[in-house]
Amino acid sequence: MRELTFMEAIREALREELRRDDKVYMQGEDIGLFGGCFGVTAGLQDEFGPERVMDTPISEAAILGTAVGAAIMGLRPVPEIMFADFLPVCFDQLYNQAAKLKYMSNGEIGIPLTLRTACGAGIQAAAQHSQTLEALCVHCPGLKVVYPGTAYDAYGLLKSAIRDDEPVVFFEQKLLYFIGEKEEIPDEEFTIPLGKADVKREGDDVTIVAYGLMTGRALAAAEQLQADGISAEVVDPRTLSPLDAETIIDSVKKTHRVVIAHEAPKTGGFGGEVAAILAEQAFDYLDAPVMRVAAPDIPIPFSPPMENFYIPSVERIVEAVKGLM
Amino acid sequence: MTTEERGLTDEQLVGMYRGMHRVRTFEMKAADEFAKGVMPGFVHLSVGQEAIAVGTVSGLRGDDFVSPTHRGHGCLIIKGMPMRAMFAEMLGRKTGVCGGKGCSFHMGNLSLGIYEINGILGSSSPIAVGSAFAMKKMGTDQVHLAYFGDGQSNLGSIHEAMNFAAIHKLPVVFICENNQFGISMRQSDAQAIEDIADRSVAYGFPGVSVDGNDVIAVHEVTQEAIKRARAGEGPTLIECKTYRWRGHFEGDPTPYRTDEEVAAWMEKCPIKRLRERLISLDILSEEQAEQIAEEVKQEVDEAYQQAWDDPMPAPEDALVLGY
Repeated sequence: MRELTFMEAIREALREELRRDDKVYMQGEDIGLFGGCFGVTAGLQDEFGPERVMDTPISEAAILGTAVGAAIMGLRPVPEIMFADFLPVCFDQLYNQAAKLKYMSNGEIGIPLTLRTACGAGIQAAAQHSQTLEALCVHCPGLKVVYPGTAYDAYGLLKSAIRDDEPVVFFEQKLLYFIGEKEEIPDEEFTIPLGKADVKREGDDVTIVAYGLMTGRALAAAEQLQADGISAEVVDPRTLSPLDAETIIDSVKKTHRVVIAHEAPKTGGFGGEVAAILAEQAFDYLDAPVMRVAAPDIPIPFSPPMENFYIPSVERIVEAVKGLM
Repeated sequence: MTTEERGLTDEQLVGMYRGMHRVRTFEMKAADEFAKGVMPGFVHLSVGQEAIAVGTVSGLRGDDFVSPTHRGHGCLIIKGMPMRAMFAEMLGRKTGVCGGKGCSFHMGNLSLGIYEINGILGSSSPIAVGSAFAMKKMGTDQVHLAYFGDGQSNLGSIHEAMNFAAIHKLPVVFICENNQFGISMRQSDAQAIEDIADRSVAYGFPGVSVDGNDVIAVHEVTQEAIKRARAGEGPTLIECKTYRWRGHFEGDPTPYRTDEEVAAWMEKCPIKRLRERLISLDILSEEQAEQIAEEVKQEVDEAYQQAWDDPMPAPEDALVLGY
């Protein structure tokens, strides 16, 4: 068994995929010499050289756009957009190019790229460096969206994403880089299939759907709820698109109550999508309205008391569950 | 060339000296306090680049505007932003420039002619050009200084901003602070040209490179560009060549350069250079220089202490805007 943090798990997955397939290469700002602004890619340029782990100028449209072009020609780029907040700078390359060229070409063009990006709040990086924009990517047909909440999942999912022939956006919650809990990860390489949710904790009274930073918080909430006699099942979708709705619905058939927890703001968030799916496909199994725990609809504030208020807490998840009982 | 011939009085020159000291002292205070772990988030300090803030902003009118970079504390200070409110923002206090909502690199104040610093590189330039567009439309003779770094110069939005400003002959002065790094990437690796000022040709307006550590030279070229802008002759690109003494952010271990390289640039300190020049011209004495340093230190320390004592916001203040 290896013991890896969230960041280390991502680094090992990258290392293994770079070793496995010569066509895989990385490009992004400060990923090479500096090892990534958070240290995620430390040592990779030393091992693989500056042409496979390449530093780029500050040019998001070029970082993603050239990756699209290289992917069409048969390479397997893993571009990094340093902060998810910078995705809007290259949105055209993401939305109109990476996501749509295959369909517009009637399937001729393939774009096997994996876009990695650090997202989320918790380190007081303020409004333009703390967003989590998965809902925008889920809403774009042609993109796969992966959002791990544990080191184990990050490792297995990133390897699958890189091997996937479709464009994948891989969200890495940056507070998880810093929390740095070690998890046990098998020594032998493994992958986790995209599009498969994971029941992280079994329970009977309520389903908590949670991902990213909220995975750990939902599990902590489930522990607290247990002490109050409420048995919570935590389902982590892991891949947001394509979503494994079946696993979520199976859980709801058992528990009849759902809380969805995500870090992103409530309105237009991914929670609304899950709630709509449940309303369509699990209506008869619901004994209570589907509740969402999410951030308020405001930009992320800087100062710690306000940032902590913004990010959904364990307590808010617990309260939301109790409100359904 | 005498200082009178350069159009600067003794008083103005001593004022620039004081101004650079204020910026340097503020930034070093921020560095010291940040190292204690009391400031949340990130700060990007402009130590070594003070001549650009002072040279470009001195001589602006109160109703002129600036759009500083994320490394822009110097511009803010010289444009008149109170140090206490700046420190308070960096400490996350409720009394901060943005009420604690913004952070070090989101400060601004419209009444002082300071547009909100932007955390997305490249994005402040089109906005500054838009401001200049409005100035022209409204028939004022205000100008807008649009700052960006060498790293940022490779973003598409800078290209678009400059082209737009050129076709409309807008009263904007583009100021490129070439401190030779975009975090870890050297300017020489990020672009195939040496002088970013050369790019102005592509848009059809003048560009000039200047020693960014010579505050008088920076001031002179900026004043010329401002005159052009006010006269309706359109934009200018000024590239100020300088060097970033500290890391990109406080805590940056700077694996991408050597101590020797930094030390060599510290020899070209803009403050040291002006001091030596003013002393040699008998405009400033050693005693006066010391006196200025003392006064500035007191100013900065007082501002920090006041900010330190200011209250933190309540959690729910996140939901309320202050204006």
